Amino acid sequence: MSSSTDLTRMTAAGLATAIAAGDTTAVEVTKAHLDRIAAVDGDVHAFLHVSADRALAQAASIDKSRADGNPARSPLSGVPLALKDILVQEGVPTTAGSKILEGWLPPYDATVTKRLLDAEIVILGKTNLDEFAMGSSTENSAYGPTRNPWDLSKIPGGSGGGSAAALAAFEAPLAIGTDTGGSIRQPASVTGTVGAKPTYGGVSRYGVIALASSLDQVGPCARTVMDTALLHEVIAGHDPRESTSIPQPVPQVVAAVKRGQSEDLSGIRIGVVKQLGGKGYQSGVLESFDSAVASLTALGAEIVEVDCPHFEYALAAYYLILPSECSSNLARFDAMRYGLRVGDSSAASAEEVMMLTRGQGLGAEVKRRIILGAYALSAGYYDAYYGSAQKVRTLIRQDFEKAYSTADVLISPASPVTAFAIGEKVDDPMAMYLNDLATIPGSLAGIPAMSLPSGLASDTGLPVGLQIMGPTLGEEAMYRVAATFEADYVSRHGGIVADFAPELELVK
Amino acid sequence: MSHVMEMFDLMDYDKAIEMFDPVMGLEVHVELGTATKMFCGCPTVFGGEPNTHVCPVCLALPGAMPAVNRLAVEYAIKIGLALNCKIAPWCRFARKNYFYPDMPKNFQTSQYDEPIAFDGYLDVDVDGETVRVEIERAHMEEDTGKSLHVGGATGRIHGADYSLLDYNRAGVPLVEIVTKPIFGTKASAPAVARAYVAALRDLLRALGVSDVRMDQGSLRCDVNLSLTPAGSPVLGTRTETKNVNSLRSVERAARYEVSRQGAILAAGGTIKQETRHFEEASGTTRPGRSKETAEDYRYFPEPDLVPIAPDPAWVEELRATLPELPWVRRDRLQADWGLTDLEMRDLVAAEAVELVAATVAAGASPAEARSWWSAYLGQKANVAGVSLEELPITPTQVAQVAALVSSGDLNAKLARQVIDGVLAGEGEPADVVKSHGLAVVSDDSALQKAVDDALAAQPDVAERIRSGKVQAVGAVVGAVMKATKGQADAGRVRELVFQTLGVDPA
Amino acid sequence: MSSTPPALTREDVAHLAYLTRLQLTDTELDTYVGQLSVILDSVATVSRVAGPDIAPTTHAVPLTNVFREDVIVPGLEHNAAMAGAPAVQDGRFRVPQILGEE
Ligand SMILES: [Mg+2]
Ligand SMILES: [Zn+2]
Repeated sequence: MSSSTDLTRMTAAGLATAIAAGDTTAVEVTKAHLDRIAAVDGDVHAFLHVSADRALAQAASIDKSRADGNPARSPLSGVPLALKDILVQEGVPTTAGSKILEGWLPPYDATVTKRLLDAEIVILGKTNLDEFAMGSSTENSAYGPTRNPWDLSKIPGGSGGGSAAALAAFEAPLAIGTDTGGSIRQPASVTGTVGAKPTYGGVSRYGVIALASSLDQVGPCARTVMDTALLHEVIAGHDPRESTSIPQPVPQVVAAVKRGQSEDLSGIRIGVVKQLGGKGYQSGVLESFDSAVASLTALGAEIVEVDCPHFEYALAAYYLILPSECSSNLARFDAMRYGLRVGDSSAASAEEVMMLTRGQGLGAEVKRRIILGAYALSAGYYDAYYGSAQKVRTLIRQDFEKAYSTADVLISPASPVTAFAIGEKVDDPMAMYLNDLATIPGSLAGIPAMSLPSGLASDTGLPVGLQIMGPTLGEEAMYRVAATFEADYVSRHGGIVADFAPELELVK
Repeated sequence: MSHVMEMFDLMDYDKAIEMFDPVMGLEVHVELGTATKMFCGCPTVFGGEPNTHVCPVCLALPGAMPAVNRLAVEYAIKIGLALNCKIAPWCRFARKNYFYPDMPKNFQTSQYDEPIAFDGYLDVDVDGETVRVEIERAHMEEDTGKSLHVGGATGRIHGADYSLLDYNRAGVPLVEIVTKPIFGTKASAPAVARAYVAALRDLLRALGVSDVRMDQGSLRCDVNLSLTPAGSPVLGTRTETKNVNSLRSVERAARYEVSRQGAILAAGGTIKQETRHFEEASGTTRPGRSKETAEDYRYFPEPDLVPIAPDPAWVEELRATLPELPWVRRDRLQADWGLTDLEMRDLVAAEAVELVAATVAAGASPAEARSWWSAYLGQKANVAGVSLEELPITPTQVAQVAALVSSGDLNAKLARQVIDGVLAGEGEPADVVKSHGLAVVSDDSALQKAVDDALAAQPDVAERIRSGKVQAVGAVVGAVMKATKGQADAGRVRELVFQTLGVDPA
Repeated sequence: MSSTPPALTREDVAHLAYLTRLQLTDTELDTYVGQLSVILDSVATVSRVAGPDIAPTTHAVPLTNVFREDVIVPGLEHNAAMAGAPAVQDGRFRVPQILGEE
């Protein structure tokens, strides 16, 4: 019988196999992770809500189903998962990291939540995030920041810092993230974990609290490429409830990973994006990236440089499109039907109560972006701002199309810097926005992109993420390269990057 | 504030028309008769318990996403085709952003610069003249929930202490049909407005895309009206009168605005561009709450929906399903009923065509049906100040009365009494006949008695008849009818008189 | 169309805050005027490259004509629909008095 610690150190694939083989049970595995959460989450604060009873009950029913002779419903059956608190789960508090939703219990499940439960994946709880996913450090959460397990004084990235930290702290082997401009990839990068943003429309957004509808994408997070791929196949696929959902078969990413693990990269052309590096990138990050390029070359890949001249406008376009869409998406939080209500009295008008509630219930960054978005959409400025930004999206897509004519996948650092200190950038929005420099172009183009660890930065000793970007619906090529790179890293270092994270103080 | 009384005199309508030309724009919102809402699978049926036809989508719960109702799009295309519009080869939904508690998302999913149908027309008949009303656009959008305002001094919205919201109607599919400015109608502007809405209603009903119940709000009209100095090309400032929910109100609202604006302009005043509300009771309009800041709806294409690109084959398929349109139907009915153009035009003007058709369908002869609706019931409607279809009597009931007449059970006078009874809410025609004992007395023994009495009372007249002055019979018949309170069949009385006197009238 | 709009004023921000129903403190207003002006300056660069001949991109994978059939699907139970409401009366959402349009 394996000890709790062992169970939390195992991969999701390994746990599923052990449960299937009867070496352990879903309940044991769930208990082990709940214990780990109890022991370390006081420091890490990855979770906003831990559904201990619900998770144990779900695990028990899975074990019973196996005992009754029913086959496992997925390759991850019985494995625990941390759910970003921006996906609704019926009857479980969902806040999106905002005071305005404190105490709200959704009366329905997101499509992804349903798919996870149908796949017998045990949902441990809801993870912390920047309010309504607006941020790159999780410091914008109304419920306090999440801390980076590699260094508790540092940020875990954002907006999905809770999900990434839960993985890095071994509180869960699987997590769900959402990525609008880098909220899966940048946290993965700074916590030494893996996170993938599928092609826009590849995973259902139904039941995901909207930030920017034309950019939002749900994706799988884990510590290994294979676990990420296994989760990807569970959650991906067409959903008639979402009109922008792609009506096509799910990419065979697990098969792609197996291939990547068994073959080298000969015959594969990897493009290095000229514009995603150099100025604004930390030296330790560039160093790790260069060594990654060297390994990929050694693995037989052909490295080509690609020029994407319009990427320099990506950040600007992004910070017009996102605020515009979110200013409209967040209008529904008005104190009328659910959530916080401030200043209700027979003297007050509905309008006054809406203004008080939104003024007090929404955080500084959220209000900043709502106002910016309203401005970008207002009569007279639409063409110059929102309209122009949509055109820049076209130019960026064209840059990508050109690049993919000479390369199968593109690579860059996932984040220009390693984890920075909590509080360092809170008062400087522009500085904070720069964290997504490398991830935003892919978001605007809607292509699949992922971050996996390329190692530790020599200057800070903290994890660095390698971003791999595939063409639209090109998840298979992306995962294959990631798998080969990861296998090579393990063979040379004796483990994945997450294994080298410092031990956390355990609360006994 | 809107409940403050405005102070000014109205200008005589004809005088106003002498000095000014009215320019109108009509916006009609029609609730589509689909089974489910525009963007979710909730039912659209009327009258459910509050908030029982709702879901995460139409309540705008966090995370919910819209999905377009295919049938609603087909209805919108059919409406466009029937209004002779072009159908957009590619169009989108847009978000119209503004906060209002009965609109859960705080934006209305509508269409902005890309309507599904545009550039059409509808020909309407106004006192024998055909007026072509040009259609600017017909676009798809969604309805709001209903708010109930409780407490407060006046019970009206401004005095309300709080409001109660029911979202059963939120998200019901709407098509908004907007006309181009209607010029040159002069004095007949109000009649044109009414005739247009009536024609549109008949068209939508024929298409089967809506139950077009103005009283239930499934057809709503906003009347935009401005005045320009007679003959001048410069447009005046317009007002928009909302919630005009009967055909008669459309006409009254337009007429009132002509007199109101005429008075202000003639006095050298200026018209305030504003939304006004029509008051059924007084037949006047009053200003709505003027916004302190001009609305900026911040329209942008709805990112949660994809474009609609109806392929020509689909549009042609829909065109092929269009039913017989009202104007075609009218020509056919006119022929079936053997009416002259003038007679038919009168029926159209009286909005009686469909009522007559229904009455004929219920068994009455076209002549009977037409005479009831255009003559007797027409007067009743005028007196009551309502439209024919608002009268509390159905075509079936009218047909039943007509049947009683042709069977000889009622004569014309009695039939009118039965109609009166039905209008008075005394039940079905049969009930009224029973309760008032309204039946032609055809029982001969009873009649014979009355005849004998009448002859005995007028021996001289009896003598004149015997001596061959048959026309004198009228006096006796009159006496008998009097005695029987009109319930006798005059023809039969006449026969009995001759029998009794042994005279052969031939 | 590539003309850069004028700088943001305090009045602009106050108006936008009203349009978006945000009650802001004076301090917030001041902070936002400064921060938003900086952000706007940098984002305004998009109009430099957005020529009239370039078509806008709204979605990465272009789709058209995505519809659902007109079939009733069960929504929320009444109690589930009202459960999250700050105030309920007579089966309806109770809200503060609504001013404005009737
Ligand atoms: Mg409208
Ligand atoms: Zn619904």
